[in-house]
Amino acid sequence: MKYAYYPGCSLKGTGRAYEESLLAIFQALNVPCEELHDWNCCGATSYMSVDQLSSYALAARNLALAERENMEIIAPCAACYLVLNKTQHYMHDYAQINSIVTQALGTIGLTCEGKTQVRHPLEILLNEVGLQTLAAKVKSPLQGLKVAPYYGCQLVRPYCTFDDQRNPTSMDRLLSACGAKVINYSSKVQCCGASQKGTVPEVGLDRIRRLLLAAKGEGAEVIATVCPLCQFNLECFQEEAGNSHEPISIPVLYFSQLIALALGLDAKSTALQRCIVPVQTLLGSKGIVHA
Amino acid sequence: MNLQRTVKFEAETDREFAQWIAHEIGGEKLRECLQCGLCSGTCPLSLYMDKTPRRLMYLAREGFKGDVLSSLSIWLCTSCYGCVIDCPKQINITGMMYSLKQRAIEEKFYPPRFPIPVMARQFSRMVRSSGRITESWLVVQVFARTAIWRLLGMGKLGLRLLRTGRMRLVRDKVEHRHDISQLMDAVQVAKKELVA
Repeated sequence: MKYAYYPGCSLKGTGRAYEESLLAIFQALNVPCEELHDWNCCGATSYMSVDQLSSYALAARNLALAERENMEIIAPCAACYLVLNKTQHYMHDYAQINSIVTQALGTIGLTCEGKTQVRHPLEILLNEVGLQTLAAKVKSPLQGLKVAPYYGCQLVRPYCTFDDQRNPTSMDRLLSACGAKVINYSSKVQCCGASQKGTVPEVGLDRIRRLLLAAKGEGAEVIATVCPLCQFNLECFQEEAGNSHEPISIPVLYFSQLIALALGLDAKSTALQRCIVPVQTLLGSKGIVHA
Repeated sequence: MNLQRTVKFEAETDREFAQWIAHEIGGEKLRECLQCGLCSGTCPLSLYMDKTPRRLMYLAREGFKGDVLSSLSIWLCTSCYGCVIDCPKQINITGMMYSLKQRAIEEKFYPPRFPIPVMARQFSRMVRSSGRITESWLVVQVFARTAIWRLLGMGKLGLRLLRTGRMRLVRDKVEHRHDISQLMDAVQVAKKELVA
């Protein structure tokens, strides 16, 4: 069965490396998917603050588009994954939301009965591909690379059914299968502060600093993320977060980039050129082959 | 010395507000709140808040409308759902925060130029007109309405994003833009019908 790939807005902008590496590993691991035609923004957390009902209708349009094609959705962005699942839940739990959204979708010729499953790449890789298949396809193991798996908040809470809400391990297992040395990262589900680095910088930067210092202190050489906003926050503000006594410089990659590396895919697929904090020297020192 | 009363009287509460929140998403079980404070302990942002989530919930359910809606705490909530999974009464605290945010925007209860609600409004406008968000445009729009000088400090990051091909300059749009505005209008119509 083919999946409907729902990129969301960030994977077309700051999170391009996520899209490039994810689609490449899906191809290498025979997970068929195509982009959901004419998808729209899920509404994220911002639209919900302005008008909740409209935000559910927005998200439901995507569910309805996939439902029409009889496809399951793959949503890599943690916020999209949450919003689409949340809309699904709310339409089921609240009759009023269901009737308003159904009526509104009707005006543009769509229906949403809640049949579309919304899944995350981590879960697809774990349950559909499997750790053994993945491990068997590893060509360039991430030998000795100490990775802090960072899940952030919105992937595992509150609707995630495939992993633990306080101590998720799906990414740990996938990266271990690729040969990485996954550390027991204490802040793996702590919030990165979302857009607060832009809106209330003193608060946002404090969150980012804590997460980076924890990863560093616990011995990580790389942070692996599943969310474009987490990745952006942790990678782009390291100079500000550190100081002359304690400078911070730690590469922050999407988990899919690390898997692409392990599978020995080309430079276009690993998308390392999109990193702001360079990772090549570190990979070289570990003897990890990369294109 | 000028002493001021720090405790509120019941007469200062707004009964309509208390009833409203009790029927909103997240407010349904507010009466069951034990005031245990697990939400405040779990919240990664509570240390920056003027009122912790526990206190906010008590004030909301009793109807202290002004105190609740003008609190910056509702805007600091990033909806990480940490409190929701820890609450012993399974209260949808994050859901309640959204209801409060929406009401605060409707009644303009936030400080002017406070970036978080400004961003929420710009975000919704962009989605309504294009169906998708172009991050770079959104950032410029929000700073233009709040603290334009801060854009100057972002030149270095902007260049890095450009160099790595991560800054999208062309606005992204859905094909059927009319569908989006029609959908949004239809929600408003359906809402009105429900009230009537």
